[in-house]
Amino acid sequence: MTDATAHTTPEPGSKSSILTVDPHTAKRHAAEGRFKIYGIIAICIGLFFLAALLIAIVSNGTRAFTQTRVVLEIPLVAAEIEAAEAYIVKTSKYNDLVGEALTGAMSDAGIETEMEPKELLMMLSGSAGANFRNFVLENPDAVGGSHQFEFLASSRVDGYLKGRVTREALVDDKNLDAAHLDLVDQMREAGLVERSFNWDFIFGADASESRPEAAGIGVSMLGSFFMMLVVLAFALPIGIAASIYLEEFAPQNRFTDLIEVNIANLAAVPSIVFGILGLAVFIQVMHLPQSAPLVGGLTLTLMTLPTIVISTRASLKSVPPSIRDAALGVGASKMQAVFHHVLPLAMPGILTGTIIGLAQALGETAPLLLIGMVGFIASNPPDGLASGFLDPNSAMPAQIYEWAKRADPAYYERAWGGIIILLLFLMTMNIIAILLRRKFERRW
Amino acid sequence: MSLAKLTASALAITAVASAASARDNVQVAGSSTVLPYASIVAELFGENTDFPTPVVESGGSSSGLARFCEGVGENTIDVANASRAIRDGEIEECAANGVTDIIQVRIGYDGIVFASQKDGPAYTAFVPSDWYLALAAEMPMDGEMVTNPNTTWADVNADLPTEEILAFIPGTKHGTREVFEEKVLLQGCEDTGAMAAMEEMGMDEDSIEEACMNVRDDGASVDIDGDYTETLARVDANANGIGVFGLAFYENNTDVLKVATMGGVAPSTESIASGEYPVSRPLYFYVKAAHIGVIPGLKEYAQFFMADEIAGPDGPLAQYGLVADPELAATQAMIEAEETMQ
Repeated sequence: MTDATAHTTPEPGSKSSILTVDPHTAKRHAAEGRFKIYGIIAICIGLFFLAALLIAIVSNGTRAFTQTRVVLEIPLVAAEIEAAEAYIVKTSKYNDLVGEALTGAMSDAGIETEMEPKELLMMLSGSAGANFRNFVLENPDAVGGSHQFEFLASSRVDGYLKGRVTREALVDDKNLDAAHLDLVDQMREAGLVERSFNWDFIFGADASESRPEAAGIGVSMLGSFFMMLVVLAFALPIGIAASIYLEEFAPQNRFTDLIEVNIANLAAVPSIVFGILGLAVFIQVMHLPQSAPLVGGLTLTLMTLPTIVISTRASLKSVPPSIRDAALGVGASKMQAVFHHVLPLAMPGILTGTIIGLAQALGETAPLLLIGMVGFIASNPPDGLASGFLDPNSAMPAQIYEWAKRADPAYYERAWGGIIILLLFLMTMNIIAILLRRKFERRW
Repeated sequence: MSLAKLTASALAITAVASAASARDNVQVAGSSTVLPYASIVAELFGENTDFPTPVVESGGSSSGLARFCEGVGENTIDVANASRAIRDGEIEECAANGVTDIIQVRIGYDGIVFASQKDGPAYTAFVPSDWYLALAAEMPMDGEMVTNPNTTWADVNADLPTEEILAFIPGTKHGTREVFEEKVLLQGCEDTGAMAAMEEMGMDEDSIEEACMNVRDDGASVDIDGDYTETLARVDANANGIGVFGLAFYENNTDVLKVATMGGVAPSTESIASGEYPVSRPLYFYVKAAHIGVIPGLKEYAQFFMADEIAGPDGPLAQYGLVADPELAATQAMIEAEETMQ
């Protein structure tokens, strides 16, 4: 637009003044005004979608963070426990004991029902028997007395107290009847049912399709953690070494040009391709264990490397040549110049790039699909460093994907809850990256 | 320098890997239809035995069996879940890779149901011929094959609502598709007399079968390659749409879906067990016999899976939607004897 004024030569005789706005200037001002409005509209659309996304996530996901529990006092009778241990499916016999205790507790509280213990058990999670058995196995001395348990309520009872399940919705449902909900109301008044913060969701393990109420993201969070350790341990040193060599030592020739082009291309390769590569190299050739965070981490390392190399080279480049020249001038070797002067000055930029690369890797699902980290996997918490790297595990985004696929609507709620946790991690990492940059960045 | 680090890290990886060679958990992969059942069993297995909880991955029957047939050894899976029987080609592939002893275990039966929005149009009763007439790409008419002229369900059957045909059926990678083609489309093809008409036209058996199962591609039928949750989302967004689901999935979502009868029979575990409901199929898992005794807990897992308390009519699998196999005892004896396929 700047050269537009040159074409409009004022007509001879007309008075031109900077105080009166001529039509052409008015037009240019209007165009500028319109452009500003387009910009504001674009930002508003972006903000609208962000708000819609956040509202959807928060409104769907926060429900996963509370959980309904049923408080029950159960007598631990040695003979009953011994009898239950004789069966193949011991936990189902423990469940029967829980059912009897529930019937007793309800009649004690003055709640009348004609339901059989088996039917009443539909209000509790299938994990109740397992909780009971685990307590008995861990505390053999407690047998003979009694213990107060807090069992998880079934996903539909939980959904009812959260407003997700209604009586109409249960008409054709075979997992719970509307009559159960009347009992739940009475139990809540009697203090048998309570709703509390769901720590198990944050620290627990995945559960099977029939027990969404028992599922937690904790074990897959550990899987993600071990994967990130692997990514950090491999991608950071390899990436920095490669970029220092390319930037400071490598001669400029066709070969290094080729490498540079390839690194830039690699950064744009879809992540699923790295998954196929990981499957072929790490599992089929190197025979590393399937579904292991080590393999996941190595695959994600391949994906993160180009990002780290590119950002490291950019921050090395931004260190002015005068620093190197001064160091070389006082007799430092090239390596001393790089390691004593250039690298420390470039470090904030390198760290920022690394953190952003890690955040990318943390949210990645596609490569994990191919190396067997999606499914019913994150059910055994790792019991040490080696098992953390090598035992089958999932990762947070893979776990969310898996939950979103499952049939029970309660899993859908968990998936949104998982998204909240994942977003918190990503936000924290990005904020750390921004703070690092703010604090240490130097302008030359 | 970077080369030295690369070599060092590669060495470190190999060292770690060889130290971790002894796998102590059972690894399962395969059909996404079987996954819910397998995950329920795996969870109970972990709770009730001293073995760690098995790892169950999904991905489809074909990909599971392909991984199963990769060979024998700790870095291959022990069990493949499948919503169809293993094919001869897959048995050959297995044998070529040294997997010769395979135990076939039939878990039970699964029903395939046709469901639409709860408050949507009254799709309440179908017969297989409705589906053939609605979805066939071409059908015989006056001695020649013509493009399917039907656009609404009322065109197909006057008792059905006047709604545009829109069906969400499983994609070809799903085992469910095979059952849908055989028990619904092929059956409908026969019932409507289209099969006889094609025979009169002089077509051979293979091309008749192909013509019967060939689904129209003008948008009235949509292949869903993902899971049932994707089908549900599509039905949710299209009031006139009908989806094909597994019985267990429907039973978990009765608040939003209504199911239609097929041939006058409503789908339920009872009507499927008795054979009245026509669209059902057996579910299987395959055990690598060479891994029994090598991978701890493998045989125990198979035995536990098929125990009366688990796979029987009162067990947790039936509670979730599986139709128990009446011949459970024979299967249990077969696992006990480690009887392999011939």
